Amino acid sequence: MTTMTEQATQVYAVFIRATPEQVWDAITKPEFTTKYFHGTTIESTFEPGTPYLSVAGEENETVVDGEILESDPPKTLKHTWRALYDPETATEPHSRVTWEIEPQEGGVTKLTVTHDQLEAAPKTAASVAGGWEYILSGLKTLLETGEPLQG
Amino acid sequence: MPTDDDLVFRALADPTRRHLLDRLFERDGRTLTELESELEMTRFGVMKHLRLLEEAGLVVTRREGRQKLHYLNPVPIRLIHDRWIDKYRERQVSALADLKSELEDTA
Repeated sequence: MTTMTEQATQVYAVFIRATPEQVWDAITKPEFTTKYFHGTTIESTFEPGTPYLSVAGEENETVVDGEILESDPPKTLKHTWRALYDPETATEPHSRVTWEIEPQEGGVTKLTVTHDQLEAAPKTAASVAGGWEYILSGLKTLLETGEPLQG
Repeated sequence: MPTDDDLVFRALADPTRRHLLDRLFERDGRTLTELESELEMTRFGVMKHLRLLEEAGLVVTRREGRQKLHYLNPVPIRLIHDRWIDKYRERQVSALADLKSELEDTA
């Protein structure tokens, strides 16, 4: 258990040996998300104003819903986020997730995820703290080795 | 050229920097001035430590208006954990499992 007070703004970053386009694909294509995002499939056209959905299982249950706020491949993706996988987080208002992709020297790309506007969603804040680091390390492993993380 | 792991281990090899990470673990998104007020150290010294933490990816900064806020980034620690801790723990467990089967087979 963490004793960290749940943060209304959370920032996570990872350096990945891949191109910005590869990182963008890993975030936006379902064949990638199933391999590092708790087995979920992303469903979105990535047009601003359209839904951002994360679905899982045989029943295609929606586990996260939101709306695309901004999409600028392969640099920025911004969408709202409500976690439906837990009845307690499902009643909280939407928060916001921003993915920023920046090329670095030496064939490395920096991916930063900022999850903010969590002030009114403390249970969601607690739920995603610890989740993002797992997802980003899984994404890095997948892009660098072609293999999903074990477990 | 140092690898990502080298930078993280070097950054963690200093008590002041570990202290800064602990402060950010308690509450994220702090300014240099806030962090400096909790340490017996010059502003320049704290800046230097924060820069090393940032280079190692353990701290990420965001600009908010005029302020630069510092956030703890746990991802490099997770990667170290996956690479250096999980692996050896598995080996220890399998060594015990081997010992058990050996003892039981000879019994």
